[in-house]
Amino acid sequence: MKSFKLEIVNPERVVVSEEVESVVLPAVDGFLGILRNHVPIFGGLDIGVIRYRKEGKSHTVACNLGVFEMRENTLRVLADTAERGEDIDVLRAQEAKKRAERRLQEKAQDLDYVRAELALKRAIARLKAAAGEGKGR
Amino acid sequence: MPEQMRDIKRRIRSIKNTEQITKAMEMVAAARLRRAQSKVESARPYAEEIRKMAGRIAASLEDVSHPLLVEREVRNTGFVIFTSDRGLCGAFNARVIRFAQDVLRERDARSIVAVGRKGRDFFRRRGYDLLAEFIGIGDEPGVDVAREVVRHILKLYESGALDEINLVYTEFVSTSRQRPVVRRLLPIEIPTGDGNESRRADDYIYEPSPKRVLDIILPRFVEAQVYRAMLEAKVSEHAARMLAMGNATENAGEMINQLTLSFNKARQAAITKELTEIVTGAEALKG
Repeated sequence: MKSFKLEIVNPERVVVSEEVESVVLPAVDGFLGILRNHVPIFGGLDIGVIRYRKEGKSHTVACNLGVFEMRENTLRVLADTAERGEDIDVLRAQEAKKRAERRLQEKAQDLDYVRAELALKRAIARLKAAAGEGKGR
Repeated sequence: MPEQMRDIKRRIRSIKNTEQITKAMEMVAAARLRRAQSKVESARPYAEEIRKMAGRIAASLEDVSHPLLVEREVRNTGFVIFTSDRGLCGAFNARVIRFAQDVLRERDARSIVAVGRKGRDFFRRRGYDLLAEFIGIGDEPGVDVAREVVRHILKLYESGALDEINLVYTEFVSTSRQRPVVRRLLPIEIPTGDGNESRRADDYIYEPSPKRVLDIILPRFVEAQVYRAMLEAKVSEHAARMLAMGNATENAGEMINQLTLSFNKARQAAITKELTEIVTGAEALKG
């Protein structure tokens, strides 16, 4: 199968730099599948799981907000955070999820609702990526 | 043991202690320097990509307008100044502070965001307008620290408290050379026309819209610049500390050598004196 270059970078380091066959990523208004020769596109990235296929095998990366660009058969993803599924500390992610849920339930007065909800979303994405789940398998 | 010899011995011991401390600090700084340098290295791809992307977006859109790009009439200019929290790093802080003072005087500005305790203390004492301060960012700051700084800066900019914001930090040239620099942060100057890449105006699809993509990418562009400044300042700090402590260790070594020499001389003199006394005594008995 024809491949193209996938680069996933966060401000601290390069997370993925590989030749891949297909990518499904969470854009701000829905999942987007990308194959070789996709037209040039700029887009906003949502919190979620990026899934890509390399040599027939599927891989996951948990990502935070960011931007992506496909051009000349290179897909560049710049995310605030990005972590390969296999590198994720599942226990910590579960802790974070519980913490976020608790905060949302308690409805504390000083609760920053948007922030708590984002934290929950991130924790869920990380758990999904760790389990190898995600859209578009 | 005569009084003089005891004194010298005590001093040697005290300087040896100091030497051990400065030696240890030098080694710690060297280790941190290496780590900080590799951080700068691994942060480069993101910074470069986001710059190029912003350039390509600007080249592909006919009309790029965004609040962070607009040049307003400048009534109030702010400076984000990066210093260290701790001392014992030679002229590192003095140099960047003096440089910042000159720039501020030149630009007739008094508004400051201080990153690092040394700078905060200095500018607060001098009565500058300290709009925000960030203390205790640690020896190896992550991007989350930069994000926190950017959040504050953007608030100051968007509220109109500041119309222009610059970064003042120490740039790392080599282990023995670091120089203070000033760089404009806001409004953003999108780098266009560097190289042939950004010249090509590809027809891009924007998902969902050019405006939304700009909303996402521009604050991150700012963030990458602040993060870079923070890392450069840290690398410079560790390099300056390593050098300062290395010099201190060397000086201590020299002092110990000199004192050891004095000690030996004093001992020799004491022995000679004792011998002379004995010989004189024996001569007297003979006589």
